[in-house]
Amino acid sequence: MTIAIERPTQAQIGSSGASANGNGRYAIEADAMSVFYGDFCAVREVRMKVPTNKITAIIGPSGCGKSTVLRCFNRMNDLIAGARIEGEVLFQGHNIYDAEVDPVEVRRRIGMVFQKANPFPKSIYENVAWGTRINGFRGDMDEMVERALRSAALWEEVKDKLQQSALGLSGGQQQRLCIARAIAVEPEIILMDEPASALDPIATLRIEDLMKELSEKYTIIVVTHNMQQAARISDFTAFFSVDDNRSGHLIEFDDTEKVFTNPGQKSTEDYITGRFG
Amino acid sequence: MSGGDSQAHSMVGGGPELDLRRKPRFTETIIRVFLFLCGAISILTTVGIVFVLGRESLLFFANEEVNLLKFFGETEWQPAIGWFGIWPLITATFMVSVIAMLVALPLGLFIAIYLSEYAGQRARSIVKPILEVLAGIPTVVYGYFALTLMTPLLRTMLGRDLVEIYNTASAGIVVGILVIPLVSSMSEDALSAVPGSLRQASYGLGATRLETALRIVLPAALSGVAAAFIVAISRAIGETMIVAIAAGAGPNFTFSPFQAAETMTGHIVRISGGDLSYDSIDYNSIFAIGLMLFLMTLGLNFLSQWIVRRFREEYE
Amino acid sequence: MMALQSSQRASDPAAGFMPSGETYHGQVRTRRRRGRVWALIFQAAMLSGVIALCALLLSIVNRSFGYVAIVNEIDPAELAVDGVPLNELPKEKLVPILEANISSGLMRRYEHDMPFAERSRENVHGLILERVVEPQVEASWGLFDSVFARGSIMAEAEERFPGSEVYFRSWLTASFISKSQSSEPLRTGVRTAIFGSLWVVFITIVFSFPVGVGAAIYLEEYAHKERFLNRLIQTNINNLAGVPSIIYGMLGLAIFVRIMEFVTSGAFLSGGDTTANGRTIISAGLTLGLLILPLIIINGQEAIRAVPSSLRQAGFGLGATHWQVIWHHVLPSAMPGVLTGTILAVSRAIGETAPLVVVGASTFIAMDPNGPFSKFTVLPIQIYQWTSRPQDEFRNLAAAAILVLLVILLALNASAVLLRNRFNRNRANA
Repeated sequence: MTIAIERPTQAQIGSSGASANGNGRYAIEADAMSVFYGDFCAVREVRMKVPTNKITAIIGPSGCGKSTVLRCFNRMNDLIAGARIEGEVLFQGHNIYDAEVDPVEVRRRIGMVFQKANPFPKSIYENVAWGTRINGFRGDMDEMVERALRSAALWEEVKDKLQQSALGLSGGQQQRLCIARAIAVEPEIILMDEPASALDPIATLRIEDLMKELSEKYTIIVVTHNMQQAARISDFTAFFSVDDNRSGHLIEFDDTEKVFTNPGQKSTEDYITGRFG
Repeated sequence: MSGGDSQAHSMVGGGPELDLRRKPRFTETIIRVFLFLCGAISILTTVGIVFVLGRESLLFFANEEVNLLKFFGETEWQPAIGWFGIWPLITATFMVSVIAMLVALPLGLFIAIYLSEYAGQRARSIVKPILEVLAGIPTVVYGYFALTLMTPLLRTMLGRDLVEIYNTASAGIVVGILVIPLVSSMSEDALSAVPGSLRQASYGLGATRLETALRIVLPAALSGVAAAFIVAISRAIGETMIVAIAAGAGPNFTFSPFQAAETMTGHIVRISGGDLSYDSIDYNSIFAIGLMLFLMTLGLNFLSQWIVRRFREEYE
Repeated sequence: MMALQSSQRASDPAAGFMPSGETYHGQVRTRRRRGRVWALIFQAAMLSGVIALCALLLSIVNRSFGYVAIVNEIDPAELAVDGVPLNELPKEKLVPILEANISSGLMRRYEHDMPFAERSRENVHGLILERVVEPQVEASWGLFDSVFARGSIMAEAEERFPGSEVYFRSWLTASFISKSQSSEPLRTGVRTAIFGSLWVVFITIVFSFPVGVGAAIYLEEYAHKERFLNRLIQTNINNLAGVPSIIYGMLGLAIFVRIMEFVTSGAFLSGGDTTANGRTIISAGLTLGLLILPLIIINGQEAIRAVPSSLRQAGFGLGATHWQVIWHHVLPSAMPGVLTGTILAVSRAIGETAPLVVVGASTFIAMDPNGPFSKFTVLPIQIYQWTSRPQDEFRNLAAAAILVLLVILLALNASAVLLRNRFNRNRANA
C-alpha cells in the first residue's frame, strides 16, 4: 500500500509520487490550508491528501481543530462570521475556495453528517427526498428514497412509517436517516463529524458497519474522539495536535495500522499510549 | 422588614431544650396573603370585564326593540332610531384588519426572515431599535399620520373622486404599519429558536440560503409564525385610535376600502366621547359591541396559544 | 465555473437521475438568481419599515413649523400712539388702549384676576394682542413647502388673503408648553394636558407598581405551579395582556365612573359637592393601572426568574424565612429589571388614548387639575381633539403636541435603557 503523507515540515514519505490519475487516487487534497477566526489562527498549514474510497479518520486532543478541518472540506466554515481560510483545498483538481466556485455546488458533492443527529422536522420520506428535490432530481422519488434508506441500513425499520415525523425515531435511527439523506444527493465524499458520539454502543456499532459498507462507494472522512473507533474502522489516520498558540496542526498522516502501532512522531505515540494503553 | 422579628422568635424558641417545631409566623402569613391578593386582582379584572360587558349587553338585548335576529340580520346600525344591525361595524372592522394584514404579514415576516437568516450584527443593531421605536409610538400619533399623510397620499395617487377624506384603506395601511414590529419580533423569535443544526444540515445537502430559510427554517418555525399572525389580527381588530381618526365617523355598510366606514372600536369611542346618558340604548349598545370585540380578540388569543402548544416541535 | 466531474458511480444504473455537468450548473445559477431576488425583497421590506418611521416623524415635524398667514382684526399699526409702534409703548400707554377696545365687563374681570397695577408691561401687551389685535390664522403651510417653495407661498397668500401678514411660525414654543388650553389656536397651550398626564400616570404607578410586583412575587416565589388556581391566574394574566385597551376603558367607565362614583368623584370627602361625576383623574389612573398591570406582572416575573437560585439557597441556608430571602436578596437583584419593565409599561400608559376617551376625559378644560378628584385632560386626548378638527391650524397644534409627547416618551425610554446598561455594568463588575 502506498500512501501520501504530507506534513508541514516534512517531505513526502513513502509516496509513489503524484499518480497519473490524481483525480481518481485522491478525493481531496489540502495544501497549506490555514483557518483563522478573526486574528486567531485555529488551524495552521495543513497539507494532506485524502485517498479515494477509503475511510480516513481524524483524531487528536480536543481543541485541535479536527472539526474545523473537516468543515473546510465542504466550505461549511463559510457560515461562521469572521472565519477565513488560506491555502488551497483541491477537489478533483479544482480549488474549492476559488472565487468563482459556488459553495452550494461543493456541498452537494461533498456531503456532511453531524455530531448530533439533526433530521428536519418533516416526515422520514421528506427528509431523504428534500435534498434531491432542491438539487433537481428527476426520476422515481419513491425508488430513490428506498435506495438511500437501504444504503443507510434503515429501510427495514422505517418502511412502514415513511410518512411519520423523523423526530419520532431513536437517536441511532435518526443518525442513519441523516446518512441516508446525505447519500441521497449522490455526493462523492461524505464528511462525518463524530457521527456516533451521542449514541449508545449498539447504535454506534451499526453506524460503524454502515461506514464500512459505504466506503466501497464513497470517500469517508470521519472526525472521532474515540481512538478505538478510529483504529477499528479507518484505513488512514490523521493525527492533529495543538501548539503553544492554541493553533491546531497536522502531526502525522499515515496508514492507520502504522499510526497506531508504529507512529512516526513522538507526540502521536504519547497521545495514543496515554489514552489508548 | 420582618428580619429582627423572626430572629428574636428563634432565639426564644431555641432555649436550653431544642425545639424544632413549626411556629406560626404571622408576618410571613400576612405577606403571603397580601401577595396572593395582588395576583387575584387580575382574576377580578377579568371577572369585572365579563360582568360589565355581559350585564350591559343583557340590558341591551332586553330592550324590546332589539333581538339577536336583528342584531345579526340587519345591515343598518343607528340605535338611536331603532336600527340594530351590527354588520356595518363588523365589515368595517373586517376591512381594516384585512388591509392591515396585507401590509403587516408579508412585511413583518420578511423583516423577521431577514433579521434571523440574513442580517449581520450591524444591520440588526440598526433595524431592531427602529422597530422598537415604531412599536413604542402611541396609536394616536399613528392616527395623525394616517389622516395627514397616508390619506392625502392615497388621494393623490388614486384620485380624489375615488378616495374619500375618511376611508378604511388609509386606516388599514397604518394599522398594518403599527403591527409590523409585533409580527416581526414574534416571528423572529420563532425563527431564531430553530436549531442551527437544521440550517447546517440543509447547507450540507447543497441548499442555498433562500432554500434553507424558506423550506427548512420557516416550516420548522411555522407554529410560532402562525401564532404571531393571529396575535397581529387580534391587535388590528382591537386597534382604536387610528380608525377613530382616519376611517370615518358613521356606520356604513360598504365593501369599498375607499369609503368612510366606522369600525366597532371607532364606534365605541365616538359614542362614549359624546354626551352619553347612562342606561340609554346608546350606552348599552356600546357594551354589546364591546362584548363582541372582547370575545373575538379573546378567541384569537386562545387560538394562538393553542397553536403554539399543539404544534411546537420539540428539539431535545 | 469549474466543471466538476460526475463520479464513477454515474455508471450505476440506479443512480443516474441527479443532474450533472452543464445541466446542474445552469440549475444552480437559476437557484442563485432566485436567492438574490428574494434577498432584495427581504431588504426592501426592512427598508419599508425604516421609511415608515421616517415618514411618520417627518410628517409631524413638517406640520410643527412653517409659514402662516395671519389676518388681524385691527392692524397693530393703527394702535400706534404718536408714531410710537405698539410694541415699544410703555405700560401706562397700553392700558388705555386696552380699555378703549374691549368691553368694560371684560376689563373688570381682568382687574379682578389681577389688578392692572400689578401686571407687567408684557402681560398687558399680550392682552392687547389677544383681545384687540385678535390675529386669526387664515392658512398655514408645512416646513418643507416653507423652505423650498417660499415664493409660491407668498404669492398664494397675497392673492387669497390680501392684507394678511405672512411669517414663519414655530407651533412648538415655550408659551405653547406653558399656556393652558384655549379655543384660539394662536394662544392655546398644553400645560393643562401635561399636568393631567402627570397626575393620571402618578395614580397609575401608585396603583399598578406595588400590585404588579406583588403579583409577580407571588407567582414566581410562592405559587405552586400545578395548583389550578395559580395556573388560572397565570393564564388569565397572559390573556389580559391581549385584551384591547378600549375594553379596559369600558370597564373603567362602568366600575370606576359609575358604580364607584361616590368615591372617585371625591364626593365622600366634600359631602357630595363636586361637578366631576366620577370622570376624574383617579378613575383614569386606575383604569390605566389595570391596563398595564399584566405588562408589569409579566415583566416582573421574568426579572425575578432571572435571579439565580443559588442566591436564594444561600439565604435559606443561613436560616432566613422565605420573605426575608425575597426582600433582602431576590428583590434587590431583580429590581433593575422590574423597573425597566415598569418604565416601558408606564410609557405605554402615557400614550394611551382610547380608554381615557371612554372613561370620559374632558374635551375642553382650561383649569389645571389640582388633585386625584379633578376633571382632567391628557396629552393624547388633546392630540386627538386637535387632529379631529378640520382646520389646518389645529393639525399644526396636534403636531406640536405630538412632539411634546414623543419627547416625554423618548426621555422615559432613554432612562429605561440607561437603567438597563447600568445594571449590566454592575453585574459585570460584581
